[in-house]
Amino acid sequence: MRFYVYSLMLLLFSQSLLATAKIDHWQTPQGSRVYFVRTEGLPMADIQVIFDAGSARDGQQFGLAALTAGLLDTGAGQWNADDIAQRFESVGAVFGAGSTMDNASVSLRTLTDKALFDKALDTMQVILTQPRFDAADFQREKSRTLAGLKQQEESPGDLASIAFYKALYGDHPYAHPDSGTLATVTALTEQDLRRFYQQYYVAANAMVVIVGDLSKQQAEQTAEKLLANLPVGQKPAELPDVLMPKQASQQHIEFPSTQTHVLVGLPGISRKDPDYFSLYVGNHILGGSGLVSKLFDEVREKRGLAYSASSAFIPRLKAGPFLVSLQTRNDQTSQALQVLNQTLAAFIAKGPSEAELVAAKKNITGGFAMRFDTNKELAGYVGMIGFYGMPLEYMDNFKQRIEQVTVASITDAFKRHVDPALLQTITVGQRGK
Amino acid sequence: MNKQVIVSLLLCLPIAYSNAATPVAEKILANGLKVLVKEDHRSPVVVSQVWYKVGSSYEPGGITGISHMLEHMMFKGTDKHPAGEFSRIIAENGGDENAFTGQDYTAYFQTMEASRLPVSFELEADRMRHLHLLADELKKELQVVTEERRMRTDDNPQAKMGEHFNAMAYSNSPYKHPVIGWPADIANYQVEDLQAWYQRWYAPNNATVVVVGDVDTKAVFALAEQYFGGLKPSEIKPLKPQTEIEQLGVRKMTVKVPAKLPSLVMGYKVPTLTTAEHDWEAYALEVLAGVLDGGSSARLSKELVRGKQLAVSAGAGYSLITRLSNLFELEATPAEGKSVYELESALKAQITRLQLELVSAEELQRIKAQVLAGAVYERDSGFYQAMQLGMLETVGLGWQKADEYVSKINQVTAEQVRQVARTYLREDHLNVAYLEPQPINGQTQNNNKKEEK
Repeated sequence: MRFYVYSLMLLLFSQSLLATAKIDHWQTPQGSRVYFVRTEGLPMADIQVIFDAGSARDGQQFGLAALTAGLLDTGAGQWNADDIAQRFESVGAVFGAGSTMDNASVSLRTLTDKALFDKALDTMQVILTQPRFDAADFQREKSRTLAGLKQQEESPGDLASIAFYKALYGDHPYAHPDSGTLATVTALTEQDLRRFYQQYYVAANAMVVIVGDLSKQQAEQTAEKLLANLPVGQKPAELPDVLMPKQASQQHIEFPSTQTHVLVGLPGISRKDPDYFSLYVGNHILGGSGLVSKLFDEVREKRGLAYSASSAFIPRLKAGPFLVSLQTRNDQTSQALQVLNQTLAAFIAKGPSEAELVAAKKNITGGFAMRFDTNKELAGYVGMIGFYGMPLEYMDNFKQRIEQVTVASITDAFKRHVDPALLQTITVGQRGK
Repeated sequence: MNKQVIVSLLLCLPIAYSNAATPVAEKILANGLKVLVKEDHRSPVVVSQVWYKVGSSYEPGGITGISHMLEHMMFKGTDKHPAGEFSRIIAENGGDENAFTGQDYTAYFQTMEASRLPVSFELEADRMRHLHLLADELKKELQVVTEERRMRTDDNPQAKMGEHFNAMAYSNSPYKHPVIGWPADIANYQVEDLQAWYQRWYAPNNATVVVVGDVDTKAVFALAEQYFGGLKPSEIKPLKPQTEIEQLGVRKMTVKVPAKLPSLVMGYKVPTLTTAEHDWEAYALEVLAGVLDGGSSARLSKELVRGKQLAVSAGAGYSLITRLSNLFELEATPAEGKSVYELESALKAQITRLQLELVSAEELQRIKAQVLAGAVYERDSGFYQAMQLGMLETVGLGWQKADEYVSKINQVTAEQVRQVARTYLREDHLNVAYLEPQPINGQTQNNNKKEEK
């Protein structure tokens, strides 16, 4: 890694506010779940409303969830996009709306001084409950999305990622890119967005995360106010289970880049999988621990084949991917791929050594306090706990769960979850160069 | 009227807060090492950064990128700790670590549970003076840096345009060359080059240690003395100024690369906080950037992306904390059916308007509100705070400027914004680059292969 652009680095860097962060949890009268952590010392709050309304809910209209979230702050109630932006920015608030595969979220960072806080919160409430989806805004945002999709076609990394998800997930709702495709986005209408909003942006499908310098009573009022005018509606049906690919596959996409992007993997685990901690610690050793992982050592430190080489389990509501990736000069692709596959195969066959496990545990537990030492990180953690229905004591028990992992549990979990005979391999770059 | 109330609330709120915040403590050791400590007890964590006054703008031709290369080599072992040990020890102590190089600095950091600070100090002090530079390690790491360059620049149309743009815009300023270095320079670094660069710049009297977190200031000073105090200082020769000559007319270029979308970059030569004759000029340029691009309510989003729908995206940027004068930049991607030339005219019309009309009170108030709120939000991150102090110190402005920022922005008037627009955003000092997309499919380009063998 060793970035020379510091903004990128901040992503890598995860930090931990209160080692004993206490999560308060309740439901609003309409049935939305609320998660609140009070933090003191800074007069600010981070507020997020999360819906099970990610791209996995697109149906065949790929890009629908993303565009719906993107339209929210372009017109709501009596305000147009300019009014909304001015209302937030005049009080120094930062607003965002967006979606991932699993969810859509609307977020606000604001000062807690009453006059400022109230204006920001009022605006957020109207955006959540009365978005307009005006035709002119829709056409403009659609064009911007289409431009973004075209831009993906100049990025070998983006092309590789799109092909990777397709190879892993076939017809499953996780298979398509969350911003959609040129064809599916072109076909969308504002009526589609309105329908999507009406179905999924409902109280029964919403949860709220509040982290900041607010009293419990203020937090209750905040959640109440934000969601009171949403219809109750209902939670969507569970997503279908992911089917494993039937066999390994290898796909190459020709692209005029100097490097070939290599992605290898298969569907991994859901967030609630009982093997989560064994796979997490195992992957930390294999390719998840930055400058000291086995993949980093084999690919970069020993052979200088790539700048980054890493692996990850990305758990979701249903089985999210297990992904190993690197980028290398075109003519080194087969060598790099071979090193990657050998490192992975050896790890699956033998697991880590006892010493590697001890070192990984020391890193994970020793750095525990850094996982949520900012309001922002803490809000992210609490959001994960709430959205995926993890126990409220998740953070309290984290260290203990890590300590319980053994060489045998890692080896066993990898054998069951990562079958080398089913790996999907994508390469994007220039062949034979 | 309502707005007046809100702004005055904002004006007193975070300032009152900042008075209550822990101040920065400074100590300079006998060997010249500057140590800055800011206590922040919100969580049991510490950020420790070591900043060196060296970066790509210090590099002569032929070895561009060597500061960044040396940054990579700093993980390759010392007398005491062989290659890989540094990262292994930090990891074992639960730490996160990395490093970054910019035009004006090279910095290394660890974040750890607060009691582990001595681990970080011991390792950083060791590699400040005792690095082992080995030919074999360099050979491998050179490949890594070449891959990094391919990933960041060579295969990224926007980054590639940026690199060509800087090379055109600057005549003799060292900001002309990329931080990562030109390919031919990267391919030809020798161990002796790195050794010489290390000897010349890595010394306690050319470094600043910044510590932010759950620590006791006195204890940190004592630890710094214990680990860094014994290191010998070097004679650091002053840099030649390399002041950019005056540009005598607009410069334009076309960059043709495989891509899907056209785009446009414009840059005016402007002073920074370091080089401006009066401080207020740099703060006024900062406010001007906010008028154009300080959020979704700012002029570029409101008028070019929404309003006239000429652009799918448009932005403006200015860095006031750099060692040398730099560029006030505008970047935009045209909307479907619009050309980069239409967009260029629209962006220039925005500049002209700033030169003719005073910005509204509402806009100024919005920017000031954002800056005040930002000063609270940034306290959420110890890393960011350390970064700010380290950067100010390393470009030569002094960390004290961090405390002045909010009040200096508050003092900027509409007249001052108009004045810097008139003085500095001049056509003769403008540089423009157009990205002209070339087909991607069915085309193979291997021009970039030559440098590799």
